[in-house]
Formats: sequence, structure tokens, C-alpha cells
Amino acid sequence: MSTNFSVISHVMVPDHQIMSVEEIDELLSSYQITRDQLPKIYHDDPAVKEVGAKINDVIRIVRISQTAGRAEAYRMVVKRPKK
Amino acid sequence: MKSELIKKIEEADLPEKTKNDLKKYLGDQDISKSQFETILGRIKEEYANTRIEPCEAVGVIAAQSIGEPGTQMTMRTFHYAGVAEINVTLGLPRLIEIMDARKTPSTPTMTIYLAGDYATNRDMAREVSWQIEAAPLHEFGDITTDMLDMRVNVHLNRDVCKKRKITIDEIIDRSPQKIKDKNHYRDFEFEGDSENAIISFMPKDRESYQNLFSLAEHVRKVIVQGIDDIERVVVRKENGEYILYTEGSNLKGVFEVDGVDTSRTRTNNIAEISEVLGIEAGRNAIIDEALSTLREQGIAVDVRHIMLVADMMCIEGEVKQIGRHGIAGEKESVLSRASFEVTVNHLLDAAIANEVDILEGVTENVIVGQPIQLGTGDVKLIAKSRVN
Repeated sequence: MSTNFSVISHVMVPDHQIMSVEEIDELLSSYQITRDQLPKIYHDDPAVKEVGAKINDVIRIVRISQTAGRAEAYRMVVKRPKK
Repeated sequence: MKSELIKKIEEADLPEKTKNDLKKYLGDQDISKSQFETILGRIKEEYANTRIEPCEAVGVIAAQSIGEPGTQMTMRTFHYAGVAEINVTLGLPRLIEIMDARKTPSTPTMTIYLAGDYATNRDMAREVSWQIEAAPLHEFGDITTDMLDMRVNVHLNRDVCKKRKITIDEIIDRSPQKIKDKNHYRDFEFEGDSENAIISFMPKDRESYQNLFSLAEHVRKVIVQGIDDIERVVVRKENGEYILYTEGSNLKGVFEVDGVDTSRTRTNNIAEISEVLGIEAGRNAIIDEALSTLREQGIAVDVRHIMLVADMMCIEGEVKQIGRHGIAGEKESVLSRASFEVTVNHLLDAAIANEVDILEGVTENVIVGQPIQLGTGDVKLIAKSRVN
């Protein structure tokens, strides 16, 4: 793929942000869940590579929602399982 | 509107859209503080009422809400409808395709937006389309099979090459390489003559005419310009800009072409989107495709149901189908899986693997005859012992 192309700039890709440890703790305690109950995203996902997230990071995804206008979702970076 | 009120709206626990609507409608009204408080209070109350309650079976509601209108689709369409002279599968077959998360749709198609001047200039848009549309060698000249000398001669047409912005040398370089790489056909030699614009191909084994004819077929079909998977490109003008519609899809390839707007160009191949742009884009693609398929049929399904389905399909980091090989087949509970499809296999595998069913879901509990853990069934009350 050409170097000047960035997936983040595509309209279909929402904003991905790496969360800090404090933010993750706050998130988990507010929903009363554990890390592995979060939805997953693979470490080699193009958007993950772009923001430079590592395995076990939690990513905040700011979606442009058709119902709410703006919605936050969270995904934990995991290794892609071998087939 | 007073900044103090805007601040209050911003701080309220409401969705972004509601906040913006509030600001818009209250913006030019002259209201007192107590009136504002009443309005905000009522909206908060109303919003709390619209929220789904805990333990509500949203999945069943979504299934029913998509399934019921789906039955109406069956009767009305199993046809294809043309958009810009390009056939696209629509209706129920398309919806099934989306839910099954097929690797390639039956009619892959792309909508390519152009950047800058390319979007407004017809000739420039046409140029981009030539870079994209797969053009076989026979479109650039005459191909003759010389049976006496056992060779295939290609006389390139300079006018066509000039019009299509490709040089003779490029074709001479590219075509033998492409035959070797793409068609895996190597038993030939070639000579390129850029002075006279002729390329000759000779089979290695000159004894058999069959080799000559199969070589001629490869030479005819070798793609020397454009992207292999894209069979046809149609240029259309919409809302004052030129847009390319294609038959066939190759997102990665198209993104590399000059003049393509890489921020808006899209395909109807969901698997390809999630691979090139990531899982979140894949989720958006599922929602967009499902919604437009239903809408095209005049069926109004609330986005929330489709969003739930899309969320479930993408929750593991890749697009999973709904069904035996995806969501339904990977449920935790043995009984739940067995009740869906291929019952005996699931029970046998579970027995071999010594699996335990903790009876948390709905299906399992219905099977064993227990109250299901949904709605009021999911709430456990613990009575406080009275302190004397």
C-alpha cells in the first residue's frame, strides 16, 4: 500500500484512541466488568497499527452514531489467533 | 442563547444528538430559567424512558424486527436491479450475503470518488477509469497467430495506446511478465520490437499446435493496464462531481491509483473493507449495506436492530457470520449450540471434551425447565435480615 494513504482518514473509520491505565480502571469499574469482557480488536488491524497500540491496550472508539450522534465504544487489543 | 444554559445542556447526561437538538430549538427562544429547568427535566425523563431496560431480550427483538420484514422481501424480489448499468444483487439474497459474512459478494462493486480536479473534469475522470479498468492485450492491437513460423504476433495500435496513456515499451515489458505471474504459463519466449510496435510470442515446444493456440489465448487475455479484478468501470456525474462505478472490487489496488479520493471510496465487499480499513470500518459497512438493502425495498427497520447485529458480528475483532460457523456456533453453552443445528455432533463433541453447561442462557434453561435469566428472572433479591 502506498505510504501516503492513511486508513484513519477514511470516512468509514471512526477515531481510535489508546486509553491510559487510569481511564481503563475507571471504565472497568463503572461497568463492573473485567478486561476480557470487552469486545476485541486484532493487533494487526489496520487502524490499530496506525495508532500504534500494543497487545493488551484498550482502545476507545469514538463512533459517529446514527442514533446518538456520538457514541463511545471500547475494544481490547488481542493477538490474532492462528487458524 | 446564554452560555450558562449551553453549559447546563452540555453537562446533562443525554446523547450528543439530543443536546444539539435542544440547543437548536431553544437557541432563539426567550425562556426564563425555570422554564428551561422544566424543559430539561422533562427531556431527561423522556430520555430515561426510551432507554432499554436492563435484562431486556434485545437480541430476540432485533431478530424479530429484521426477520418479519424479511419475509416480505422474499415475495417481492429475487431479481437484480441496475445502478448505472451495473448489476447489483439486492433484496433478500443480498441481506443473506451480508449476514453470512461471505468472503466475496456475488456482485462485487465499488463506488470510487475522485480527488481534486479529477472529480470535476470529465477527461481526467476518464483517465483514472483507464488506470482502474482491467484491459486485456487484444484491446491495444491486432493479434495474429502465425502457424507457419509458430508464433503469435501482436501489432500494437499506437493511437489506442496514446489515448489510453500507456507506452509501447510498458506493454512490451508488462505483458510477458503478467502471463508468467498471473496465468502461471511459462513455456514461451518473446521478442519485443518497440520501433514497429510489435511483440511476438513463441512457444518453447514448437512441435504442437495446441501449445501455440493456448499461448495465443493467454496473450489475448493478459491484462496490461488497470487492476485485474475490476472488469468494468462506468463514469457518472452525480451532484456535480464524477464518480466511478465498477464491476469487481479491489480496494487496495484502487487506493494506489492517482486521483482516487482515499477517504470516501468504498466497496460492497464487507470482508475486504474489514481487512483493508479495520474492524470498525467493517462494522460500519455492515450497517450501511444492510440498511440500504432494506431501505431500497421500502422496508423501514430501526438502525438499532441492525447496529446490534453488526456489533455481534464484529465483537471478536473480525467479521463473523450469524449461524453455525459464527456466532451461533461459538456460544458457550452446549445445549444452546445443540438446539441450533447439527445437534448430535455438538453433543458428541461436548461429551468427548467433557464440557460443562452452567445454564446461564435462555435456551439451556428452557430445555431443562428452569426460569430463564431474562427480565425479572435475572434479578436476584437478597433480603436484609431485620436488625433488632
